[in-house]
Amino acid sequence: MEKLQLIALVQAYTGVGIGLMVGLGALGACVGVGIMCSRFLEGAARQPEMIPALQAKVFLLLGLIDASFIIGLGIGMFFAFANPLLGALG
Amino acid sequence: MAAAQELTPTSYIGHHLTFFQHPVGEGSFWTLNVDSFVTAVLLGFVGVGFLWWVVRGATSGVPNKRQAFVELACEFVDNQAKSMFQGDRKFIAPTALTVGVWVLLMNAMDFLPVDIVAWFTHFFAPHGFRIVPTADVNTTFALALSVWLLMIYFSIAVKGLGGWIHELFCTPFGSNVLLWPANFLFNLVEYVSKPLSHSLRLFGNMYAGEIIFLLLWMMAGVGLVGAFFAVLFGFAWAIFHILIVLLQAYIFMMLTIVYISMAHESH
Repeated sequence: MEKLQLIALVQAYTGVGIGLMVGLGALGACVGVGIMCSRFLEGAARQPEMIPALQAKVFLLLGLIDASFIIGLGIGMFFAFANPLLGALG
Repeated sequence: MAAAQELTPTSYIGHHLTFFQHPVGEGSFWTLNVDSFVTAVLLGFVGVGFLWWVVRGATSGVPNKRQAFVELACEFVDNQAKSMFQGDRKFIAPTALTVGVWVLLMNAMDFLPVDIVAWFTHFFAPHGFRIVPTADVNTTFALALSVWLLMIYFSIAVKGLGGWIHELFCTPFGSNVLLWPANFLFNLVEYVSKPLSHSLRLFGNMYAGEIIFLLLWMMAGVGLVGAFFAVLFGFAWAIFHILIVLLQAYIFMMLTIVYISMAHESH
């Protein structure tokens, strides 16, 4: 029973941790992308002839801004399916 | 997914996340992920081989569609390199093209449905076979560390060994001896974070994409309603994933160009 309680404890905290990682990461990524795209729309409205050049940069920056979030997501998935903290319990 | 084993959600996902490994020495560092390695090498030959084959039969007259396509790709990469780097592009543009084409092909392996591929790979890899090399940290780190080594090589080649060490210790704060630790720490963080972010971005995108596919297909096994929604969400996610595959290959290529061109700059 003691072992089961420990396992349940580790899994509960891991679940909360994964939720925080993914949630806060998504928050940051979405706000960042929103700000960047709003500036792009503003710039596109002022100078429509710049739209193709700016669009290429937008996609590049999209990937860069999403990077930390996706890395956090990868770590979260790693903890979800191959939890090393659980493995240390035996 | 062997017939004798009971299929639970964890075992299904775990099976599809298991590498086909082969040890070449003691310990887990020397365990080779044969599936990533073999797939990456094969795709490298396919991609670069296709380019070589088309270039070999290239004419300066009216090009056929294959040649036009390759010319389009080469011109695209050359334009990107031209916008980032004002020096001699003889090395940087073909490197970027190789990296871009290779990463694109490796990412595109994510389009193949994993269970159908498993029908074929079960004959020699019963415990699991992962077909997307870039969903393996080892592959993305290999690519990113190669770019990192190129970055250091070009830094030393352009500035000289003394110049590079001077730059490590004296920029960006100043050449006062008291500032050397601060400068070095700053530059160290930059040098460590570049390959880390370069590789983990690609790995995270491909790995997370694969996990989401697996979770959706697991939902499809639940019942009729599950299957309906899995098809719906799976379709939407698959279309979004096409964008991610192309985008991440493009970003990896662009960052290769940016890092190597930044190594040519001196402060």
